Formats: sequence, structure tokens, C-alpha cells
Amino acid sequence: MKYLVIGAGPAGVVAAETLRKLDRTSEITILGDEPEPPYSRMAIPYLLIDHIDEQGTYLRKDDGYFASRNINVVIGRAASLDAGAKTVKTDGGDVLPYDKVLVATGARPIKPPVEGIGHEKVTACWTLEDARRISAGIRKGAPVVLIGAGFIGCIILEALVSAGADLTVIEMGNRMVPRMLDEKCGSMLEKWCRDKGVAVLTSTTVSGIESSGEHVTVKTGDGKSIDAELVISAAGVKPNADFLEGSGVRLVDGGVEVDNYLQSSEPDIFAAGDVACSKDFSTGDFGIQAIQPTAVDHARIAAHNMVNHCSVEHRGSINMNVLDTMGLVSASYGLWQGVEGGESSELLDEDNYRYIRLQFDGDQLVGANTLGMTQHIGVLRGLIQGRFHLGEWKDRLLQNPLQVMEAYLAVTQGA
Amino acid sequence: MQRSLSIDPDKCTGCLQCEMACSFENEGVFNPAKSRIKVFTFHEEGRFVPYTCTQCDEAWCMQACPVDAIKMNFQTGAMEVSEQVCVGCKVCTIACPFGTVNYNRDTGKVIKCDLCGGDPACATACPTQAITYVDSDATGLEKMRAWAGKTDNAQHAAS
Repeated sequence: MKYLVIGAGPAGVVAAETLRKLDRTSEITILGDEPEPPYSRMAIPYLLIDHIDEQGTYLRKDDGYFASRNINVVIGRAASLDAGAKTVKTDGGDVLPYDKVLVATGARPIKPPVEGIGHEKVTACWTLEDARRISAGIRKGAPVVLIGAGFIGCIILEALVSAGADLTVIEMGNRMVPRMLDEKCGSMLEKWCRDKGVAVLTSTTVSGIESSGEHVTVKTGDGKSIDAELVISAAGVKPNADFLEGSGVRLVDGGVEVDNYLQSSEPDIFAAGDVACSKDFSTGDFGIQAIQPTAVDHARIAAHNMVNHCSVEHRGSINMNVLDTMGLVSASYGLWQGVEGGESSELLDEDNYRYIRLQFDGDQLVGANTLGMTQHIGVLRGLIQGRFHLGEWKDRLLQNPLQVMEAYLAVTQGA
Repeated sequence: MQRSLSIDPDKCTGCLQCEMACSFENEGVFNPAKSRIKVFTFHEEGRFVPYTCTQCDEAWCMQACPVDAIKMNFQTGAMEVSEQVCVGCKVCTIACPFGTVNYNRDTGKVIKCDLCGGDPACATACPTQAITYVDSDATGLEKMRAWAGKTDNAQHAAS
């Protein structure tokens, strides 16, 4: 049996490891399109701020880790897949045969449709190579424009500010991180950033980027011109599934449509991670989550199903996120926007940047947003994913949403 | 025989000796806020419930870590955070459905119970044997883990 894993991110690496645990002898190959050993993009903000070196981003630290598990790591980008012949062709022209293949190609940054976005002073913040460019491009007092105040934009703010950049953030939405934080959370985060000297422009679009000597000028939709030495574009990502066009593998939302076993529309082709359009725990709908824990869930389950056909069902991953923006930690879980007919409870301490909002459906917790909280927040997952009926504890949580840990102990252990 | 913490809330008086001992053992200060074991107070019921990591088999924290900073100590069975490797991304703190991995602002890393390497200070400090360190078979661990399965979205993929 030949297993091929396309993609060397967390999903690809965990899948290859799981395949090896389940099948001691078959050939396992990871195909990755970057020159470095498999690494974590999650660690890039900490590299930018010099808390770690590049090796600190590696998914597995030991020398010869993959070789010692008899996992081949090959560098190349998948250019096409032939489902009939069961081969993957790389952009270098190599042809890799497989019996079962996992598409774990992740995502790549979107280039917003703005004139001048291809300028050499504009970079994404996605790969180690991007991180090197950013580190080299920032000096004390340098004017820097960040396009997009989403997850990635926010998580690198601290690195940019501590390197001394004179930073302007431009966000199209009406608040920071609109896809993860409710209005109150996003607005408080904006105030936090402003207080730390970052210019934040929400509800603002970028209309063009023009050369201006050694610098560029970033033009906004409302007529402002902002000087920049470096522009970082963090306007979202899209799945890397283009190479599957024409292969017969059905794509949806730009990603790979998978069933409850993470198999695509074509037999023996599975998908995991940021490229997989899979079941959401909360809604039951299929979509792309693009978060680390989901990628790893997918990888384990897909690997089981590749070895033992359709043996493990994916019951849906919970959407969740945690974000540290210059020291202010925010988190979101499940249906943080609430459900129709559901109740919510919140506690707000604006001066101290603390906020929690719980969302209920009947007497079950279904979502949450927090700001400034770092203790026991995981229990929100436990309560949501356990679908526990809170009974009288729902009323207590409506009174005081901070008692989530007590509620959990009470409903799970009769405390 | 692997050992684990056994917690009997009925015997807990809420004295917080466990929190003090944990904080001192691991952080060098007597500060319950830095303890990895936490006593929760149920005022209405007049009950105290000490709670910490069960070193669960699923080890969501370990699975979720993007940089391989959490590993099992095969001697004690504890999932241990390597402070050198942890980058402080906090993904484990939201992935642990028990809420027992926490971020430490002072160090910029996460902390969790590591059974003190096999001699847990909380159990030693507890004056009422509400917290004991016993053979795993004898603990209520199975009970605590039983509902852990409910949180998993692929119960049989735990290998």
C-alpha cells in the first residue's frame, strides 16, 4: 500500500504519523511545497517577536524524526491529480503514484483585488519566507500598513509594534476580527490597540497602492493617503484546491467536499485541515474552519479511514479560536453569535478589558466570546461539546457567567 | 503500576493548602492564583471541589499543540509542558475541555498539572486526604474519564 499525503502542515504530519501507527509497513510520503522541514504557521508571530528561532516553529523537533518513522518527506507542489491512474503530478514534473491519498494542502493568503497589491513592498504573513521578509523590512519608526484586522493581522500586531513600527491597521469590517468577536469584543479590542499607539481604521477599504520613491502610498476608499515602507496584506485565506480542478474531486466553497469519513467525492481520496469542507459540530453544516484543532481532528480520523475503510465517523468539529492581540487575549467558541430564540448572558468590565458572553439554546451552552480571560476557558468547550443540560445552572450562569467551571463540575460530576 | 490523583470532594474543607503547595512547588511563591489545582466553592451547597488535570488519555492539549511542546512522561503518565518549546499560542487552553491548561501571563507560556514528577505536592499538603495519590485502578478517574468521551468527536480515533 502506498499512502500519499499532500501537504506538510499539522494535518499532513499528524495524518502521516497516524497512518504509521496503524500500518507499520506501507510506504508513506508527505509532499510539501516549502523548503523548510514541516513547521507551524501558528508559531510565526512568536518568531517575528524573537521568542523562538525558526527551529522553534518546526512541528517535530528531533533530527531525523520522519526518517526514523519511515515517513518520506518530499518537496514539491502538487500540480494535478489523476484519479483514474491514481497519480499526483508535481510542478517539477515528478509523478507520485498512490493507493490512498490525503489532500491536506491547507490554504493560502487571498490577494485583495486592489491595484498595486503586487508591489514589491507588499507582503503576506503566511510562510517562514514571508516572516523573514517582514523581519528584514521593519525598523524603528518605519511606517507600516497592515491590511486586515482579522486573526492573522491581530496576532502579529505585537511583533510589529515592539519592533518599533509606526502602524496603521485598515479593516473593511465595522470592528476588529469580525469573524470571531462580537461587536463589544471587537470594539474593546480596537480601543486597546489605539491606546497602545496603533492607528486603527475600521469600516475602511483600500482602493490602491502606489509607488512613492522608496515608499508606497496606500489610498483608502474614503480618500486618505497613508505613507508606508512596508505593507502587510492579511485579508483572509482560501483553500489550496485548484490543482484538483478537472480531477473529478468535487469542490465546494473552494475547498474539498468530504463526507462524514472525510472522503472526497472520489474513492481513495480524502481531505483534512484548512482545505476540507467538513461538518461543523454546532450547525451540522459543512464548511471550512481553518483552525489547528480541527486540522488535527481531521488528520487522525482521515488516517483511520484510509487504513480501515470508513471505520471512524467525523461527528463534526467545534469552531473555536484564541487570539492574543498585544497582550489582550480573546476567545470564541461555537455559535458565539447566538441562536434565534436563545438566551445570552454577559459580564462587562470595560475599564479592565474583561468580557464574557455566553449563548444558550434552551438550557445548553452553544457558544461564547471572552476577552481578557485566560483561566479555565477550555471548560467552555467541554460544556458546549458535551451538550450538557445545565438545568438550574443555566439560571446561575445567566446571573453570573463567570461560574462556568462550577457549572461544569456540577453537571458532570454532581459536585 | 501507574498512579494518579484521587479527589474526594466530600473530605475537602476548602483550606486551600493544596493550592498553596502547588504554587510553591511549581512557581516558588505562595500564590493560589498560580496553582495548577483549584478548589471551587459552591456557596449555596456549602461544598468545596478540588479540581485539576486528569492526565486524560485523549490529551486534547497534546493533540492540539502546534509545536510539540506537550509530551507524556512515561514514568508518571502525566502530560508535561516543555517551557522551552511552548510558544504561548494558547491553543491547548481552548482545546482542553476540562479547562485545566491555563496561560501564565508572567512567563508567556501555559501551565498544567504534571503530578510534580511523581510526588504531587497537593496530595502531600492535603490535611484531610481529600486529595490522595494512589494506584490508578483505585481512583475515580474512570468516572471522570467516562464523560470525557462525550466531548470527543471521534471516540474511536484515540490512537
